[in-house]
Amino acid sequence: MRPAASSIVAAEHVSFAYGDVPVLDGVSFRLTAGEFVALAGPNGSGKSTLVRVLLGLLQPRSGSVRLFGSPPGVLADRSRIGYVPQRPAIAGLLPATVADVVAAGRLGHRTWWKRPTAGDRAAVDDALDAVGLSDLRRRRFAELSGGQQQRAFIAKALAVKPELLVLDEPTAGVDADSQRRFRDAVIAARDLGGTVLLVSHELGAVADDLDRILLVRHGVIAFDGAPAELASQGVSLGVHATDLPVWLEGLG
Amino acid sequence: MILAALPLPWPFEREYMQLALAGGLVVGICAPLIGTFLVQKRLSLLGDGLGHVAFAGVSAGLLLGVWPVWTALLAALVAAVAIEWLRSHGRASGDLVLALFFYSGIAGGVVLTGLAGSLNAGTLTYLFGSVLTVNRTDAATIAVLGAVILLTVGLAWRALFSIVLDEEAARVAGLPVNMLNIGLAGLTAITLVAGMRIVGILLVAALMVLPVGAAQRVARSFGATLLIASAIGAASATLGLAAARQWALAPGGTIVLVAASAFAITATGSFGHAISRR
Repeated sequence: MRPAASSIVAAEHVSFAYGDVPVLDGVSFRLTAGEFVALAGPNGSGKSTLVRVLLGLLQPRSGSVRLFGSPPGVLADRSRIGYVPQRPAIAGLLPATVADVVAAGRLGHRTWWKRPTAGDRAAVDDALDAVGLSDLRRRRFAELSGGQQQRAFIAKALAVKPELLVLDEPTAGVDADSQRRFRDAVIAARDLGGTVLLVSHELGAVADDLDRILLVRHGVIAFDGAPAELASQGVSLGVHATDLPVWLEGLG
Repeated sequence: MILAALPLPWPFEREYMQLALAGGLVVGICAPLIGTFLVQKRLSLLGDGLGHVAFAGVSAGLLLGVWPVWTALLAALVAAVAIEWLRSHGRASGDLVLALFFYSGIAGGVVLTGLAGSLNAGTLTYLFGSVLTVNRTDAATIAVLGAVILLTVGLAWRALFSIVLDEEAARVAGLPVNMLNIGLAGLTAITLVAGMRIVGILLVAALMVLPVGAAQRVARSFGATLLIASAIGAASATLGLAAARQWALAPGGTIVLVAASAFAITATGSFGHAISRR
């Protein structure tokens, strides 16, 4: 089936396994332009694996994925995607400023050998401003708190002005102020017309902003709908952190 | 061919010292450039592992009557690509892969040296360096290898930094991660071969690591780290050669000891600063 023109992401019957261990089983969904969608589910449900398949980092065993209408492996303009993986392991003495880290987000497959332009520098400034780190741009990255480091990685993803922003557990373990600033940055990206896919256990900070929630359980989509549909079933998105996992177990 | 030496002051007034200085500066500048990326990728021992493979290459060259620089370069480049392939494809952990090549290389070198007869002076020249016997051909070869390293790092350092930060995000951004990783391993092999006449196969990896360890304690940005590490490497080569001439010391070892001193000074300074901030 050919995805609709407005589909930013289209997954059709996607299955994946690590060796003989199945992780995803026939997952299908679409994201359309401007949507803010959360991907939630218990630990080990396959959320991060699904994201990596969507981005072309893993090949599905069966089914197909399309980004902007193309298979991920042949998508020509990768700068349309901003990706924040689960917090990378950074060397404790990494000799780099916050601006160095964010500027790295501007590199693409056609620009990696070129010197930064005025446009690159302006995009880095905008991204730092969006996450509230402008004042710390010359600070050594390793001196930042965990929440500030995570905001710097979000700025790195925003620096390409992505049409699709994918964030994998971006607020895990960060403080309330960083969660608020994270929410503001994501909403700013969405308001510019971007599509946002957020993988997280902690949806409280953005509960009122989400358009849709995809719940993954045992490698299948167990729920795909608006937050209000979940709320009508008495499931909270963050105020009571245990609600969602308990509800998911009840589905089985 | 003997040409007149440049009018440099002591201890570099003689031509052999000027050739040593030229080679030392190239290696002193280039080795920390490559090492900066290796240290951040936690591959500090890659140079050491490739060095032992290069030893096998040197032994093969001496056995076959081929200029050992070429056989060492070939062996180190093949090993560099193989190590990166095994590491990136998850066939074995990074330290296990290094150990495999580390021990296989030195074992191969020992066997080939045995076939050649004995551990001769030619082998020792490459194992421990012989910077004071660098001739114009050696210096020109080192300069060409250094130019390759400088040009490549000048083009690719931002992309290599992006991979150091987060390899997965770099792949999503479309950077040619595999090509760049293999390129970095290849540059490590080239650096090693460029440096083996200066400080020796057994010590050249130290110039990839020690100046970087010192620089990353004082530099704030990544670009500054590259520049400061290279400056420390160049200063180590210059001061090491001067000290070696003054006190009749082994030049290769003296250069590395100067670099180690720079690391110790910055580490002590950082420690003192941390204590004073408490």
